Amino acid sequence: MARVEQWLKGAVLEVQEYARLTWSAIRGIFSRPFYFRDVIEQFEAIGIGSLSVVLLTGFFTGAALALQSGMTLDKFGARSLVGSLVSASMIKELGPVLTGLMLAGRVGSGIAAELGSMVVTDQINALRALGTDPIRKLFAPRLLAGFLMAPLLTVVSDASGLFGGWIIAVFNLHVAGGVYWQSVQDALYMGDVWMGLIKPFFLGFVITSIGCVVGLRTTGGTQGVGRSTTSAVVIASVAVIAVDFFVTPLLIELLY
Amino acid sequence: MSLLTQAAPQAPAAGGPDAPVVVFKNVRLAFDDKVILKDVSFELLAGHTKIFLGASGSGKSTILKLIVGLLKPDAGEIYINGHRTDQMDELELMTIRHDLGMVFQEGALFDSLTVAENVGYKLYEETDMPLAQVRSRVQEVLGFIGMAQFIDRMPSELSGGQRRRVAIARAMAAKPQILLYDEATTGLDPITADTVDDEIIKLRDLENVSSIVVTHQMRDAFRVATHAAVRDGDKVQIVPADEEKCEEAEFIMLRDGLIAFEGHAGELRAAVSKDPYLKAFLS
Repeated sequence: MARVEQWLKGAVLEVQEYARLTWSAIRGIFSRPFYFRDVIEQFEAIGIGSLSVVLLTGFFTGAALALQSGMTLDKFGARSLVGSLVSASMIKELGPVLTGLMLAGRVGSGIAAELGSMVVTDQINALRALGTDPIRKLFAPRLLAGFLMAPLLTVVSDASGLFGGWIIAVFNLHVAGGVYWQSVQDALYMGDVWMGLIKPFFLGFVITSIGCVVGLRTTGGTQGVGRSTTSAVVIASVAVIAVDFFVTPLLIELLY
Repeated sequence: MSLLTQAAPQAPAAGGPDAPVVVFKNVRLAFDDKVILKDVSFELLAGHTKIFLGASGSGKSTILKLIVGLLKPDAGEIYINGHRTDQMDELELMTIRHDLGMVFQEGALFDSLTVAENVGYKLYEETDMPLAQVRSRVQEVLGFIGMAQFIDRMPSELSGGQRRRVAIARAMAAKPQILLYDEATTGLDPITADTVDDEIIKLRDLENVSSIVVTHQMRDAFRVATHAAVRDGDKVQIVPADEEKCEEAEFIMLRDGLIAFEGHAGELRAAVSKDPYLKAFLS
């Protein structure tokens, strides 16, 4: 019982620390000093750097989705509707979530490892001693870049997924290209598009904030950096799924 | 000189040429159940040097972190240039840190930045100084420590001693009044350690920087305490200091969270015969 109590206390403290640091970073975005150059660097690192992984993930997911749904639709003689299934699944759910998971693996781990090694080599203390607030210099730019880049990457992933679905529809399922694109459009409502665009803002925010908090709270030398990197990926991945679960009904309520 | 018991210094008046630049008054710090500093009081006068000695874990580096405000004491008062800092928040501390420079163990250089970017970091990021002026100041400080040719190298391309010297250059670039050295020579061979010691001496004697040196290398501690830097034309020479100069450098031995000894080099040598701990440490 005492161990459970201790674990619960620890968990509450971690959440409190997460909220405190993240709130400081949000305030850092809206007040001076603002490290504009670091924000641009992070746009490139998170946005451009994640482009290839997001493109590939989206493409193969869309293609696999078309293959699977083509088989099922065949049973009902509705193969021509494959585009509808691919677009509805990719844009509303799979695009944002898979992009989020890829960002958790690539960006969350990278941030945790980078900040973690800065902590264990005293670089964070050196920053503070030189008069720089590490939250403003390191956390805020990453948070802003994650928040703004995740939706853009999701759009790229969605487009890549639709393209992957088109290739399978045309060359494997022998559905005419025009029919495929028409069914892609038919299945989409504006609410779906908004849902697919709004969710990634939350996911990008959660992934980068978790990476930064876990990285900045690293202890225990190089082993600690390894632990932080693993923790950041695991926590951010679970958070992506959980945030998706909680945000989806909220958006359904608001958008439909 | 004093053994074990210290009279707490009075709170200093701000400004004043003879006002202490750093004052610790009955400072106490513990991490959970482990008491690091029980009751530490000392003061550092402008242009003088304090050399902290003590075993690993005795709280030497902790004192530097308390001065910079990276840690907060549980009790007691800390004054930097007459301003009480132990109750300041991070934003207020940023102003105080303009007068402070710190050289960390292993240098703590930013490994993604070049030597020039490391040295000029504070000027680039935290001041409005034009880039050309920053570059000029970076060249000046790197020239001062004899590292001008390494200006565009990455930290990973430097040796251990060179990294420490670049760290000193980074700490001094914004012309702080107080420099803190955390084990600046640990792990270096004696010849390289001498070059780092010489930079500490030069900054103190030629730039009038007040210094706090944390070390457990007795050889380096005595070199800093008993030598002085003098200009000889364009050159700078490190020579044995006269008695008056030697008295400006005081040793503080930490033991069990308390100051076990405070005094200059001559007093430390004299105290060794009376105190077995000091004897064991110095031998």
